[in-house]
Amino acid sequence: MAKLRDLAKVCKSKNAGPFEVTIDVMFETKEIYDKVVKSGVINEQLFASLYGVDAKDVLYTPYPAALALKGTIPRRISSGDVGDTDVYGAQQHAPLLDVEIPM
Amino acid sequence: MPQKQNECRLLSVSSILGYGFPEASLKTGLDRAPHYIGVDGGSTDPGAYYLGSGECLNSRKAMKRDLRLMLLGGVPRKIPIVIGTCGGAGSEPHLQEVAQIAREVAREDGLKFRMALIHADQDRTAVKGWLKDGRISALRNVPELTEAIVERSTKIVGMMGAEPFMRALDGGAQVVLAARASDAASWAACAMRQGMPPAPSWYAGKMLECGTATATPKGHDCLMGTVREGHVEVEPMNPARRCTPLSVATHGLHENASPTLHEEPGGLLDATDCEFNAVSDRAVQVSGMRWKTRPYDVKLEGAELIGYRAITICGTRDPVLISQIDSYLQSVRDDVAMRASNFGVSPEKYHLVFHVYGKDGVMGAAEPIKQFTSHELGIVVEVISPSEEDAKAVLAIARVVVPKVDFPGRLCKSGNMAFPFSPSDISVGPTYKFSVFHVVKTEDPYAMFPTEYEEVH
Repeated sequence: MAKLRDLAKVCKSKNAGPFEVTIDVMFETKEIYDKVVKSGVINEQLFASLYGVDAKDVLYTPYPAALALKGTIPRRISSGDVGDTDVYGAQQHAPLLDVEIPM
Repeated sequence: MPQKQNECRLLSVSSILGYGFPEASLKTGLDRAPHYIGVDGGSTDPGAYYLGSGECLNSRKAMKRDLRLMLLGGVPRKIPIVIGTCGGAGSEPHLQEVAQIAREVAREDGLKFRMALIHADQDRTAVKGWLKDGRISALRNVPELTEAIVERSTKIVGMMGAEPFMRALDGGAQVVLAARASDAASWAACAMRQGMPPAPSWYAGKMLECGTATATPKGHDCLMGTVREGHVEVEPMNPARRCTPLSVATHGLHENASPTLHEEPGGLLDATDCEFNAVSDRAVQVSGMRWKTRPYDVKLEGAELIGYRAITICGTRDPVLISQIDSYLQSVRDDVAMRASNFGVSPEKYHLVFHVYGKDGVMGAAEPIKQFTSHELGIVVEVISPSEEDAKAVLAIARVVVPKVDFPGRLCKSGNMAFPFSPSDISVGPTYKFSVFHVVKTEDPYAMFPTEYEEVH
């Protein structure tokens, strides 16, 4: 097992419009990318459970051209609305870092 | 229409007008004889405040510096200059501010040019009509639009596609300043006007709208995009940066829900089968993108005033208090409610929010770590109320309550909180949220975006 933080080269989040946050995980080599994808650990359900949203509202897309995985989730509070904590959605990636991937 | 050429060279100077770029990069770009020079002017990313208030995202000084260099570079060489989403949010006051800067530069530097202003403000009555006709739909994860929401929105803009830019250039404009536009539209317009197919033209726009975000290291700098029949080439103008196949492919993920499907006015840009190949150690060629024409729709963005905000910042280093922060904050909330009610502001008239840094200030309720170990906590106390006076009054009483409220085992009898500033109360002013984030079907890509021309000298 390895933690995603030790496998990824980039793990970041950002708004995709004011109502969604998109989280990107990128890898250094195709070998690592393939292993992570094949593990099947990362999917809509994982994003749903990490962020407390419905899996049907998650858009998950592996993107081999950039050796990247992308998950887009609805915001609980839209950018800048009362109670929002992150207008740019730039610090919502951390729960992914500790996800364990069988290698 | 210009003659069809075998390539179209597009020089993007930076990510947003006013973010800056090295002059040397612009010079290198100009030496490559670009057909167009441009920059994106804004984004929804910094929040609805700019759309709602009409204030520009970047300072006038920074925008003027960038625009002056672009005009001095482009106008004497007869290279058209194209800017979308002027001023940050691309509503009328933003467009007018950038237009005013362009006129000033022309006067100060003796430049003459024909300028087009493309407007994007949408009338609330018209939007309500579209809603009634069933032409408006919500984007994913956005609540349905209602007449009441439209009514409450202080400002609504439409996001134009490529057509209004093409029309302005065909109208002889050497400088095109547009209000809200799809980030890629200005670039797509330039390339398509020169006879390039939509797929590489729109893809080039995606790459160019963020300056050298496609490069490594990333930064606010000049990027050349060359569009040809079946591909796009991108290269940073600053020798300190390079585009690599991975850096370019990675940019496809930027601020978009899908890495491969990009919805644009009038069609869908599909990057699923894109190939990224290095053509030098600094330039990358992208091919394999597809464009699928779809019924035309225009995105609408609206901002609604949610009230006036007042805040104060404080911190605690008291372990007894930190160990019971939640119940302590509840006591604060109750005490504020009682005291504010005493001067006529009951709890339904305001929102009181505690942002507790060191606990869950960044992720709020979504924070998975419930057992925190911080030795100190920073708290931003926030009050939002429809009345600015009430917001300030409730915040002021909260500032009194926060250091004084009692809790079990309390030793710090003189005050619970360290306040770093005097005065400690900060009135932030009006605050907005995005109320409209929907699309409207239209047959006419121009009707929502009237254009006017002026001779600037």
